[in-house]
Amino acid sequence: MKLYLKIWRQSDAASEGKLVDYELDNVIPHMSFLEMMDTLNEQLILKGDRPVEFDHDCREGICGQCGMMINGQAHGPIANLTTCQLHMREFKDGDTIYVEPFRAVAFPIKRDLRVDRSAFDRIIMAGGFVSVNTGQAPEANGIPITHEQAESAFDSAACIGCGACVATCKNSSAALFTSAKISHLAKLPQGKMESRKRVQSMVKQMDDENFGHCSNTEACEVECPQQISVLNIARMNWEYSISSVLKK
Amino acid sequence: MELNAKIPPGPLKDKWSFYKDHAKLVNPANRKKMDIIVVGTGLAGSAAAASLAEMGYNVKSFCFQDSARRAHSVAAQGGVNAAKNYKNDGDSVYRMFYDTIKGGDFRSREANVYRLAECSAQLIDQAVAQGVPFGREYGGYLNNRSFGGVQVSRTFYARGQTGQQLLLGSYQALMRQVAAKTIKLYTRHEMLDLVVIDGKARGIIVRNLDTGEIERHSAHAVILATGGFGKIYYLSTLAMGCNASAIWRAHKKGALMACPSWTQVHPTSLPQSGDYQSKLTLMSESLRNDGRIWVPLKSSENRKPNDIPEAERDYYLERRYPAFGNLAPRDISSRAAKERIDAGFGVGPQRNAVYLDFSKAIKEQGKGRIKEKYGNLFDMYRKITATDAYVEPMMISPAAHFSMGGLWIDYELMTTIPGLFALGEANFADHGANRLGANSLLQACVDGYFIAPYTVSNYLAGEIKSERLPTDHQAFVDAEVQVRAYLGKLLAINGNKTADYYHKTLGKLLYDYCGLSRSKDGLIHAITEIKKLREDFYSDLKVPGGEDEMNGELEKAGRIGDYLEVADLMCQDALTREESCGAHFREEYQTPEGEALRNDEKFCFVSAWKWQGEGQEELLIPEPLQFENVELAVRSYK
Repeated sequence: MKLYLKIWRQSDAASEGKLVDYELDNVIPHMSFLEMMDTLNEQLILKGDRPVEFDHDCREGICGQCGMMINGQAHGPIANLTTCQLHMREFKDGDTIYVEPFRAVAFPIKRDLRVDRSAFDRIIMAGGFVSVNTGQAPEANGIPITHEQAESAFDSAACIGCGACVATCKNSSAALFTSAKISHLAKLPQGKMESRKRVQSMVKQMDDENFGHCSNTEACEVECPQQISVLNIARMNWEYSISSVLKK
Repeated sequence: MELNAKIPPGPLKDKWSFYKDHAKLVNPANRKKMDIIVVGTGLAGSAAAASLAEMGYNVKSFCFQDSARRAHSVAAQGGVNAAKNYKNDGDSVYRMFYDTIKGGDFRSREANVYRLAECSAQLIDQAVAQGVPFGREYGGYLNNRSFGGVQVSRTFYARGQTGQQLLLGSYQALMRQVAAKTIKLYTRHEMLDLVVIDGKARGIIVRNLDTGEIERHSAHAVILATGGFGKIYYLSTLAMGCNASAIWRAHKKGALMACPSWTQVHPTSLPQSGDYQSKLTLMSESLRNDGRIWVPLKSSENRKPNDIPEAERDYYLERRYPAFGNLAPRDISSRAAKERIDAGFGVGPQRNAVYLDFSKAIKEQGKGRIKEKYGNLFDMYRKITATDAYVEPMMISPAAHFSMGGLWIDYELMTTIPGLFALGEANFADHGANRLGANSLLQACVDGYFIAPYTVSNYLAGEIKSERLPTDHQAFVDAEVQVRAYLGKLLAINGNKTADYYHKTLGKLLYDYCGLSRSKDGLIHAITEIKKLREDFYSDLKVPGGEDEMNGELEKAGRIGDYLEVADLMCQDALTREESCGAHFREEYQTPEGEALRNDEKFCFVSAWKWQGEGQEELLIPEPLQFENVELAVRSYK
């Protein structure tokens, strides 16, 4: 297939970027989207141009490092998929594809399609953990946790931290990301102890990082590669309200 | 040079306790004056960094990813082993030790392996306390599954994302210490050299991958937890960024490399579909609990799998290894698949795959139960291949996966450079010539959480009088000059081939001559070809852009420059080991049935290699393996 690509190029955070046109021949439907980008980059290098910088690593949908807006959609046209898992069979010969970085005030662009998502790390730093030191743990079967409880906690814990929820949200809200961690830990007895303090400090950090507010459009769940449910946001709001009331 | 593994005295089961009882300690007041560098934030790195920081040391943690949570431990799927014996199926620390020693084809140290099994139960406790949502039974207790090479159920799992969940646990522990300011975290930083002063590891040179800036960092000890280098084969189950550069540059500064050719080729990965392909996705080994592996009885079969009647299928693992069947260990399963594919029975458009069939399990257990166990793997398979594996068998193929070899370490996880430690997949030691499934997450965690805190402290107790080193020390200056010169050299070539071209060519050479099977002639041929490829690399490579900026191609080129040297040593290592053991299969040394033929008289040792300088052949220093508790047996899974 032949593709017409319009790719965002920007040399660093301070400079202005623009969409640049590229044509790519002999794209094979079995290629992943990133392998298509690799092919383009090989051609650019041999021509003496700079290749397109993009984030990627595991290429199997779990590290959360890749992420682009493809035709205006986070991770492209297929729901619940990372960019690395998107394959060219989803496109047609002659298609024009717009490729842009994830856009949010809290995710400044570093170069081309690479963005800085360290705000997510700082949200986890604010309380997304159980305060247990190495060596303190009791016997694992000491606290039984029902099958349903463990599965439900897993559903929240499955977040890969890619940032598609933020990129797709009209408010650039990190509510899905933040709430997934809050819920994961609040659903387990190990994390319950600190849940009130945790929700307050993580939500504050989320606000401090300039993420927008959640206005319940639920677009995040549609794009999320791990299908993290928006019910986590409801849970976060509930935990937040309870902890605010009890704080007083 | 004599290698001393520093195995503690006493009976096998008391060695680790003896070590812990006698290890030197560092006073809490002194700990905060001591700096430790940890490179890598996978399970081993983040666990070590968090644990040491909790103890009060100053830790600097480095990773090349944009977040510590993305290190490749995240991709491990199936599970983590522990001798809890929750299933009451006869498991014990000793049995786990024996399974692991046998799985490694008797090419690992008894004491190290026993300690791995001994610490396994505690790791499950630690992970559960951190909030890792392991699979549970309806009564609320932890569940287990079986893995290859064992006959008990000792694998704990969090669906097919066990590595991710364990890593999030250790990453969160790490971030908790970053918040407490006991760890300073440097993401998007790549280690480019080790600084050795007065024979001791005292710091590293790193490059900030976002800005291109070169930085110097000093410390009292350096821990490398930089993972494996299976990506040297280009097509592998590893992440694109996985590399050998940190351990290789430490090797060139004096740390010995052990058994670098011992690479595990994983039997259940997705087959290659074309030349453009950048990686081979792994399908967890846990699928072999319920999936049956087969190829058609007729070669060059053109019918669809579901149209091939039962009688015309060859369940070759069940046929050759009736005792273990589809759960035969990885080296054996991969070789058996290659044997069938090479004989012309492969399936798929490239005839490079075998079937992994769930129809029997679905019929017996129902689709719902299979979905619960492996749902995310079936989803992943559908996303990549557009095929529904609930209806049609998966197609799988062997792919380079895990490095059993790595930096040589003693019982304390210390390399031959005092103060330089290697943890997790970056070291060699526990897995011998073949790693059992679900032991890699375990080893990384145990090294990081439970061993390094003791052994690093034991080393630092002797360093409390050494002052913090200023980074304008001549050794830092020299190392930085060297690093800059190398980057400059790569940029100046300005030839006509990309870094990926060299990586792909090298990978193909290694798959053909130093992969699932090796031969003397093949290895000699590969060594010549690698040398030529390396010369071509330094005369015809093209790296666009400069060094003082973000430059992904420059990062790749540096890693491939190192790979070209590692590949040479891998072939030397495979060539000099004139026996077959575990993943190392020399065609000249096999039984009439095609099984690996070990030579315990001549090769019951670890091959440790010493760098002798640019252009010089490396020196082989054997570390003899002593077996006092197990008898060297022919490894049989029949």
